Amino acid sequence: MSLVFAAICSHAPGITGRANMAEPALRDPLYAAYGRLREQLRAAQPQALVVVAAEHFANFFMNNMPSFAIGMADHYSGPIEDPAWLGIPRREVPGDARLSQQLIREVMQSVDVAFAEEWRFDHGIMVPLHFLTPDYDLPVVPVNINCQGPPLAPLHRAWAFGEALRRATDSVPERLALIGTGGISHWPATPDSGKINEAWDREVLDRWVRNDKAALLAYSDLDIYREAGQGGFEIRTFISVAAAARGAGHLQHYAPIPIFAVGCTIATMDIAP
Amino acid sequence: MSLYQLQKFLYELNREPALQEQHRADLPRLLDRYQLTAEERRALETRDVGLVYVLGANGQLLMHYAAFLGMSWPAYIQAMREGVARHGPVRAGVYAMTTHMDEKVAGV
Repeated sequence: MSLVFAAICSHAPGITGRANMAEPALRDPLYAAYGRLREQLRAAQPQALVVVAAEHFANFFMNNMPSFAIGMADHYSGPIEDPAWLGIPRREVPGDARLSQQLIREVMQSVDVAFAEEWRFDHGIMVPLHFLTPDYDLPVVPVNINCQGPPLAPLHRAWAFGEALRRATDSVPERLALIGTGGISHWPATPDSGKINEAWDREVLDRWVRNDKAALLAYSDLDIYREAGQGGFEIRTFISVAAAARGAGHLQHYAPIPIFAVGCTIATMDIAP
Repeated sequence: MSLYQLQKFLYELNREPALQEQHRADLPRLLDRYQLTAEERRALETRDVGLVYVLGANGQLLMHYAAFLGMSWPAYIQAMREGVARHGPVRAGVYAMTTHMDEKVAGV
């Protein structure tokens, strides 16, 4: 029993970078929900935090794109973006190379994962850390699923990757927390930015909360692109957390916030044996 | 293949301060390092974010390029709309515009 906490949350850069453009009535309850998640995370007393993210060409590009990657360093840094643009100061973030290597070796038993001894975090990891570990005092194991540059690994491989992560976290003595970050429907960085398909989001979240594997894997990328935009490809991170935690989910916050360009989501999941 | 070179330029510019300096000092020479079509090169030489968008650049690369050029968020969004108005629909990639020209879903 070394996976002690599992959750998902949004990571959109506008959440911090465009904070002043948001209506406080929408923004403040989201920030409060992040605060509650921070307290729940702390109460679980993790020794390291595994963040399954979907980065946006900060470290991985189409010249050499891994479907799945795990960081393996003692130190990371971020944000790679302009700190003023993101609203988060640049700083070093602790890692744990030894722990990473143990996890990677176990994941490799079933999923071919790339490892990275250098990793500059973008908003996909920095926005969650800004809220969840504001003192940056918890070692992070960064994990990436390519959700940006097609061809993308199919959803059932994201599930298999989550299963491998669970086996890996079970194989080490450390108490580990797992956070998946991404959006549901969204059309970020386009003129559509702010468009959100709430009905589609709620359907995804319903399937996730029930941890209904068949329903979660029933989407095709064509459906996702049509109903949820290119940002919807990031549901891979949520799917991997469901596969790892295996329990029932608990939706703690969901609210479409157009200026943040996403339906802002916070949810936890029980860790089932 | 060339869209790849255009996006590679954006990727490297976004993450390398030395290239950002060269962009300010001698843009034509910097662009010589990439195998761009004449239209791509023109878009970058004239800092035409709207055309770069229409050519198919991934928004996750493009929004940082726009910020580097000093564009505010609303200005970036508007530049993409104007790009579509002037040059037609997005020609490649997965960042096509699906809203109407005057449909400001987030108020900007």
